[in-house]
Amino acid sequence: MSSVTAVARDSSVVVEIGGLPIRLRCDDPAFLLQIHERYAGYVSSSHEASFEFDLELAPAGTESGDEDLSVTCRDGIWLMERGDFRAEFNPATARGCIEQTINPFSLDSVIRIVHTLLLAKKGGFLVHASSAIRNGRAFLFSGVSGAGKTTMARLAPPDAALLTDEISYVTRKNGRYMAIGTPFFGELARVGENIEAPIEAIYLLAKGPQNIIEPIEGTAAVRGLMENILFFAKDPEFVKHVFDSACEFAAHVPVRRLTFVPTSSVWELIV
Amino acid sequence: MNTSCYVVRSNAIAARALGDETMVMSATNSTLFTLNEVATTIWEAADGVTPLDEIITNKICAQYEVEQDAALKDAQALIEELAVHGLVLVSDAPIAKAGRASKASA
Repeated sequence: MSSVTAVARDSSVVVEIGGLPIRLRCDDPAFLLQIHERYAGYVSSSHEASFEFDLELAPAGTESGDEDLSVTCRDGIWLMERGDFRAEFNPATARGCIEQTINPFSLDSVIRIVHTLLLAKKGGFLVHASSAIRNGRAFLFSGVSGAGKTTMARLAPPDAALLTDEISYVTRKNGRYMAIGTPFFGELARVGENIEAPIEAIYLLAKGPQNIIEPIEGTAAVRGLMENILFFAKDPEFVKHVFDSACEFAAHVPVRRLTFVPTSSVWELIV
Repeated sequence: MNTSCYVVRSNAIAARALGDETMVMSATNSTLFTLNEVATTIWEAADGVTPLDEIITNKICAQYEVEQDAALKDAQALIEELAVHGLVLVSDAPIAKAGRASKASA
């Protein structure tokens, strides 16, 4: 049986990122195939899922422009809205629904938001950072657009396994902070490897005339993290969780400033 | 601002002591503040039932070499800024735990 036929029969696909299997149900086999291709390496072979979303596709061209993202919580149900999608998620029932046009990147946004909501209570987060595993340890390179996340990924030596060049997945397991690969990519346009490793350090990126690593501690470390952690919801309880997560992370994982020249020699410092 | 006013930390914040400093984050607009050692002392003493001038006398002037008037002026400026961002509530009367929001203004 071809994968296309399998998708069409099943009407759903389970995408597992960070060990959280999410089933996406959709009546459109062509879009399900797009999801399969978009999340290659993250489509679960198991039929089991922890969360389920029903996708309803609107005709292309029905997006409402550049409407800002809004993520709100009412009576325990999260509502996510932007010009190109509207989604609801009820963590208590582990179910949700997504209305969007046929655009995998709209789905990408919803999945990222759902993961930030789920991670927050567990002390984890998504962060604007590229990341790679080397010698069994994960290194994160964080910064705003243009800081050098993709550059660090491109310059990585052959023995480094790339987890992402755009958005890193940080979770806490048995008291250790782990980085896990994600399908969320930036300019590299390459899905990260679906593997994980304990985090050795996070580097806040800055470009400069020479390669320098400086420790960042205390409030400066937390502030640097908070500037790069993804959190969309304005809900007070959620904000507190994210803040606590950043403080805990900074207390356990070295936060450093990496000023670098964009050549492969920078990786000689990453040990 | 009345120097004998009462100040209490808002419930809509997240805060964490890091060394001698304290980071405070507004849970409503995600604004981050870093309080230095002296500001941290005032922050921790802001219980809603101790007047601000008493906090300055007993916690600041007793620990640091600073004149009461100067310390009080700095404290008022700090509290006003924190109040603008909703991080503390200020009232002319003691602020009971119940009904903080209705009695005090941010």
